[in-house]
Amino acid sequence: MLMKRLALVLAAACLALTLAACGSGEKKAEEKKEAPAAAQAKQEAPAPAPAAESAMQVGFIYVSPIGDAGYSFAHDLGRKALAGMPGVTTSYVESVPEGADAERIIRNMAAKGFKVIFTTSYGYMDPTLKVAGEFPDTVFMHCSGYKTAPNMGAYFGRIYQARYLTGMVAGSMTKSNILGYVAAFPIPEVIRGINAFALGAQKVNPKAEVRVVWTKTWYDPATEKEAAKSLLDVGADVIAQHQDSPGPQEAAQEKGAYSVGYNSDMSAFAPKSHLTSAIWNWGVYYANVVEKVKAGTWKSSSDWWGMDKGIVDIAPFGPMVPKEVQDKVLAAKAELAAGKDTVFAGPVLDQKGETRAAAGQTIPDADLLGMTWFVKGVVGATE
Amino acid sequence: MFGLTAHKRTEPPGWGSVCIFPAALALALFLGLGLLALTGRPPLAVLGALLSGAFGSVRAVEETLLKTAPIFLCSLGVAATFRIKVWNIGAEGQYALGAVGGTAVALAFPGLPASVLLPLMFLGAALAGALWAAIPALLRQRLAVNEIITTLMLNYLGILFLDWLVYGPWKDPASHGFPMTALFAPGAVLPRIPGTRLHWGLPLCAALGLGLWFFLSRTRLGFELKASGEGRRTATYARMPYDALVLLVMGLCGALAGWAGLIETSAGLGRLQPTVMAGYGFTAIVVAWLARLRPLAIAMAAFLLAALRVGVENLMLDFSVPAAFGRILEGLILLCVLAGQFFTTFTLRRSKPLAPNPAPEPAPKPTGEAA
Repeated sequence: MLMKRLALVLAAACLALTLAACGSGEKKAEEKKEAPAAAQAKQEAPAPAPAAESAMQVGFIYVSPIGDAGYSFAHDLGRKALAGMPGVTTSYVESVPEGADAERIIRNMAAKGFKVIFTTSYGYMDPTLKVAGEFPDTVFMHCSGYKTAPNMGAYFGRIYQARYLTGMVAGSMTKSNILGYVAAFPIPEVIRGINAFALGAQKVNPKAEVRVVWTKTWYDPATEKEAAKSLLDVGADVIAQHQDSPGPQEAAQEKGAYSVGYNSDMSAFAPKSHLTSAIWNWGVYYANVVEKVKAGTWKSSSDWWGMDKGIVDIAPFGPMVPKEVQDKVLAAKAELAAGKDTVFAGPVLDQKGETRAAAGQTIPDADLLGMTWFVKGVVGATE
Repeated sequence: MFGLTAHKRTEPPGWGSVCIFPAALALALFLGLGLLALTGRPPLAVLGALLSGAFGSVRAVEETLLKTAPIFLCSLGVAATFRIKVWNIGAEGQYALGAVGGTAVALAFPGLPASVLLPLMFLGAALAGALWAAIPALLRQRLAVNEIITTLMLNYLGILFLDWLVYGPWKDPASHGFPMTALFAPGAVLPRIPGTRLHWGLPLCAALGLGLWFFLSRTRLGFELKASGEGRRTATYARMPYDALVLLVMGLCGALAGWAGLIETSAGLGRLQPTVMAGYGFTAIVVAWLARLRPLAIAMAAFLLAALRVGVENLMLDFSVPAAFGRILEGLILLCVLAGQFFTTFTLRRSKPLAPNPAPEPAPKPTGEAA
């Protein structure tokens, strides 16, 4: 009897643990993937203990584990780019949920005397604002939101420019004219990226259509891979993604299709299918902010840097991308890098065929930031 | 095994029950910190950072207490249903519905003063959570549907319902398309206790914990609940209203989990958004078992777990410990404590040397029948 009860308790506990792991979406796979992350952390040496008085502490808050080759990985590359700066030490907290926990962690950082705190996900906006009010001498930088304060700036990059270029590559390479797009959540940032990708593809291939599947996860390799498979099954032969795991890349390679990565160069995960990736270079921006704070010239602002400043880029082309496609895309890239952004230049039609920007017009930034509709040629719903 | 046999204790271990839990905790910490030591992090400094992150300052203790509240409420509810052997793993969904119910009231009457609006929100959250929990209870009674399945499935339905609301009808037009309601009116935000960061949900938790303890151990209905845990037949034989009792504990759990959801929404975020779901409903199952379903032990276990989660954040900051370490430590603690509970019912003695060769007869495994 008693053993039975003990076994029952154990079974229930195991079940509960499994559930707890599955409960919060992204956490499920996080543990599996943690091994490489831990290994990396090891090599990095656990240095940033209480820093010397003179050193300026710069903190980062990530929404997912850094070892994921994804969004937080890209931000962490940016953090590491600060390592060479004299008198600057950095530290980070990863996998911070965007709820009440975020506020506590941001406050803890500020209370520990961090001088600059980068909160790198949209959901940290209100907590950052709240804590910024309590620590007027700390500089807070919030990524991908719109609220600012005298000591809190907002920043993001025009990754849609890179998406547009990857769309051109995908549109050139597709044979079925169906491009699959595994997307996280129907929020403006993601929708904007899908639209830019579709416009890029249509630029070189008017027949190309983009099919969207929402996973409602940022980081869940299994779910995201499955979503990619479902797109491959309906005839997509290029898979693009707005996800932080390389799951979709693997699905594409297994099916012999092509793939377009995101966040960082994902070629290592699917060398046979990887055409290119839309990538972040956060380091240039982080160095800029930290320099300004050190020099005492920092002022709160909303920055939305583009390819002209080098904050976004595309990864090197895979060997299967023909020279003429590469040249065409690089020419478009050169224009963007020169500051000529025509991604959302009219005419832009939405899914219903209604004109959202007439010829000669360009969709203004404010509308891009709140984009909740798809352009013509995208198959899927924005909810 | 190892020349040891397990014997069932004839009486509870006097000193043991006091020592076993701390010993298990110490063992888990030792293993966890040993793991970090292998990666070159100084274990004692790490332990110090862990403790100071959770208890090292007034602010740290406040944060730990704030984190305790939702875990405690969900665990309390779950434990109540487990006592009657209703395997309700649906606190997560009931938490979601509580958040939804409270938010519905907050959005419907933004103009009301806090003294009226907050009680209404608590009522709304309790009703929504309790009704959600009543579904599996009724299905179990009327159609004999296994409540483990239904409560689990209703979790996902509840979370999706919450998602649908904040992506759809309740989405703040000013949110740039992001899934969240507008910020609550000031009257709908659970106020802070002056001079602290704590909100009034914490005294409420304390009162509820004490109330439930009194109810379960000092009232007739509480006794009936415990007795009904032996099963429907026992309860019916003793003329206890078994079905009503099941409905009661499920409703109670739904209301408590619902309040946890409401508190996190109102005091934690000040608006409803999908990230209010932090897995507390699942954590609650672990906490309830760790505390062996006793309300006061649940308070302690919830507090310690919250302390661990808050303290580990400090490690991440000071020692670049990966986020998964917190999970590993939680798992180690759970395993050690459960293993430790073995010793409260069994004792190990050296096997009698029967023959030079161990006989192939009944393996000396600890079986309940032996007693």
